[in-house]
Amino acid sequence: MSIYALRHDAANCIGCQACEVHCKSNKNLGSGPSPCKIISTGPIDVDGVPRVRHTFMPCFHCEEAWCVKACPTGAMTKREKDGIVHIQAALCVGCKSCITACPWGTPQWDPATNKVVKCDYCMDRVDAGLQPACVTKCVTGCLSFGLANEVPDPRRERYAHYLLAEPARSE
Amino acid sequence: MSTIMAPNVKAVSAPGKRTVYSMCGMCAVRCPMEVTVENGRVTWLQGNTHDKAIGASLCAKGAAGIAFEHDDQRPQTPLIRSGPRGSGQWRRASWDEALDHIAEKLKATVEQHGERGIALSDRGGAFNDLARTFVKAMGSPNYFNHDVTCGGNVHHAARATYGFSHAALVPDFERTKHLVLYGRNLVESLMVKEVKAFTAAMSRGMRCTTIDPRASATAAKSTRFWQVRPNSDYALNLAIIHEVLKQEAYDKSFVERFVSGMDVLRDAVKDTTPEWQEPHTGVPAAQIREFVQEIAGQRPGVIFNPGWMTARHKQSFHVSRTALILNALMGNLEVPGGFIIGKRPVFYGRKGLKPLLDRPPAVTEPRIDGAGTTHPTWDPAIGALHQLFAAMETAQPYGIGAYFAYRHDPLTAMPDAEALKRALDKLELLVSIDVRYSETGWYSDVILPESTYLERANILAQLPGPVPVFVMRDQAIAPRFDSRPAWWIFREILRRMGKMEALDFETIEEIWSWQLEGTGVTVADMREAGIVRLAEAPRLGTRDELKFFTPSGKIEIDSALMAKAGLPFLPPYQPHTAPTGDQFRLLFGRSPVLAHGQSLNNPLLREAAPEQRLWIHPERAAPLGIGDGDWVEISGGGSYVGRLRAYITKWIHREAVFMLHGYGATVPLATRALGVGVADQRLQHGKLYEFDPAGAGNALTETVVRVRPAAQQGATA
Repeated sequence: MSIYALRHDAANCIGCQACEVHCKSNKNLGSGPSPCKIISTGPIDVDGVPRVRHTFMPCFHCEEAWCVKACPTGAMTKREKDGIVHIQAALCVGCKSCITACPWGTPQWDPATNKVVKCDYCMDRVDAGLQPACVTKCVTGCLSFGLANEVPDPRRERYAHYLLAEPARSE
Repeated sequence: MSTIMAPNVKAVSAPGKRTVYSMCGMCAVRCPMEVTVENGRVTWLQGNTHDKAIGASLCAKGAAGIAFEHDDQRPQTPLIRSGPRGSGQWRRASWDEALDHIAEKLKATVEQHGERGIALSDRGGAFNDLARTFVKAMGSPNYFNHDVTCGGNVHHAARATYGFSHAALVPDFERTKHLVLYGRNLVESLMVKEVKAFTAAMSRGMRCTTIDPRASATAAKSTRFWQVRPNSDYALNLAIIHEVLKQEAYDKSFVERFVSGMDVLRDAVKDTTPEWQEPHTGVPAAQIREFVQEIAGQRPGVIFNPGWMTARHKQSFHVSRTALILNALMGNLEVPGGFIIGKRPVFYGRKGLKPLLDRPPAVTEPRIDGAGTTHPTWDPAIGALHQLFAAMETAQPYGIGAYFAYRHDPLTAMPDAEALKRALDKLELLVSIDVRYSETGWYSDVILPESTYLERANILAQLPGPVPVFVMRDQAIAPRFDSRPAWWIFREILRRMGKMEALDFETIEEIWSWQLEGTGVTVADMREAGIVRLAEAPRLGTRDELKFFTPSGKIEIDSALMAKAGLPFLPPYQPHTAPTGDQFRLLFGRSPVLAHGQSLNNPLLREAAPEQRLWIHPERAAPLGIGDGDWVEISGGGSYVGRLRAYITKWIHREAVFMLHGYGATVPLATRALGVGVADQRLQHGKLYEFDPAGAGNALTETVVRVRPAAQQGATA
């Protein structure tokens, strides 16, 4: 796995798809490819109230990446220094092996170039000390990015807040 | 200056990389924004981080701004109609030719109807000083915003009760304990700052009660969801107030000092018990009592959101008004966790922007809709737009010859396009000023392409808030096509009418400097961060400073404006019969990736947009033979029949069906949106002139539609 984590705090996500469009806009993509995707399901009934579940699907940047192994030209590459899996467009021949190989269907076909595009954590931005586009401009702040052990994880804190808020509610 | 030159700001095409401060234009919220421009091209858009409330965030619509800029499917030059209205036959025209043509028609209108025969509508907002100034300079009183199909009822309810607009009520979400929403879908309507504050508050443990016949994404984030019968929220509020008074769960000292007409209130709710409301709303009486017990322990940190889009039914004004009364009962005004009242610059000893509206001479002609005169509760600053259309049809109380739809698309926004077209057909001149092809633009005589929000600068805007601010939309790039900024367009029309004094400026910087005179703020200050706060930190007003701009200076349950209008203060609830068989109330709403009808043709948003489906309750769908995913036909009584697929879910009330708004466009040149989905507004048959008499808002959700399985499965082309 890469040394980074891109965390999705689903409880704080509203499924607005801003991340998808920020990503596409940053990579100058037209209709078709979506390097990251929010999958929303529902509303479903949870203890009598409606709830919508949101799942964020960027690339997992696998340690033993199926896409890297499947790529016949060496275009799909795992970056030595931080484990980011990215594609070098100049080497991509558009064979789609990586799309077939990836268990989550993460690599995307770009009809404008007849090549594959994928989430690379916006590594040009990361190298410049910035955050990926999706994280930078997320509406609610439910996406966070950084070194795996340093990414803020709001879940424990929120749970504590809920416990504290509980007495006020039952008053 | 030659009239054929586009008035760019200085150095707009300068090489290199720079940051321009702007305001997003992908919906009417206008989030503050930073634009990165490299060699004359926009390469990055993000929220203006100088405004901590937004940070770098932007929504999907905002993210699609660059795709919008690069899209060729928008008017590229002025267009003059060359065939019958709506035929789609146009000829390209130069700006001089188009503007001369408009001026000629305007002169004919003035000759026939007087200057009052010229009208304009837009979508209100922070920059509307310009359009209002244009109409006033023309000598007409007939400026309208879009609020009859948006916030008119809540605006008028607040004006009649508090003496100022609901827009001046800023929720202090950081400390709010309980938020109550009446169908207000703040998650999907998506004002970025509001959603950020809301989700942060929910993470902190804020409670949220959502009242809606449909489970929106906001309901899915709420701690309590009351799936009420459609259009029954006024009954619910009468019962909540009954119970609040009965349990003495209100702030007596606040009410004593700041509320007038408690006797009227007690009388109106004496019989509206929780049991009384149960058959009207479907909410169990015990839950109302439990709710009131809960908020009794949370006030004053309890906020009843008075609504945003409130054009629902003929008592929607009173829903907003009773919500505003509940806020007064909570004593939540100008206290932490409640509503902070938006401050004017003078509160901090500062001077505000000079209004352009002060420049033209006063207009003495009465408004065509009687707003502020025969209808005292209707605000003459925004008007009642359906009455303009009524006057077009009847020429009563006087005739209208020319109408400007300025970045407003009434054929999408207003109910019943067939009826509206009958009114528009009486015009001598219909002009659309817009950045895109709207349904109304396509039906116009002249389309004037406004430069996009990235290609133009606007006048400066002043926003009230706990700290009032000046904000700017600077020009990021030169226009791609032969378009112009609105201030230039309005000036050039006025010039041709011999009335240019009101907008006699050569550059936007000149306008800005004039607006800023005496404020101590310069154009350079504005450009530094795009936003200038008029105080370091917000200050809460004291109880002694708390003022309501009503005749009594108090919150008026016995509203003087309503008395003047001869309107009952708190009329009895008017029940609605439940549609049966194949009939349903038609509810509509928002997707977070679409702003009304303006987004679906954007390549990235078209892709992100959900398939428009008709939400229908399983117990109502089954007898009609409608299964999940089946194609259905839906009609509203007019000639228009829509086809879409059914989504069977218990999260829509049995009496209603729901669909997204913003679909069913017909403009051939906007190919991505063309023919996609169903136009809910065209199903609102006969609703153009049905509205709440007190608040003027259209009664859109009183619409009844018929639904049946489609004879053939599949979409029509």
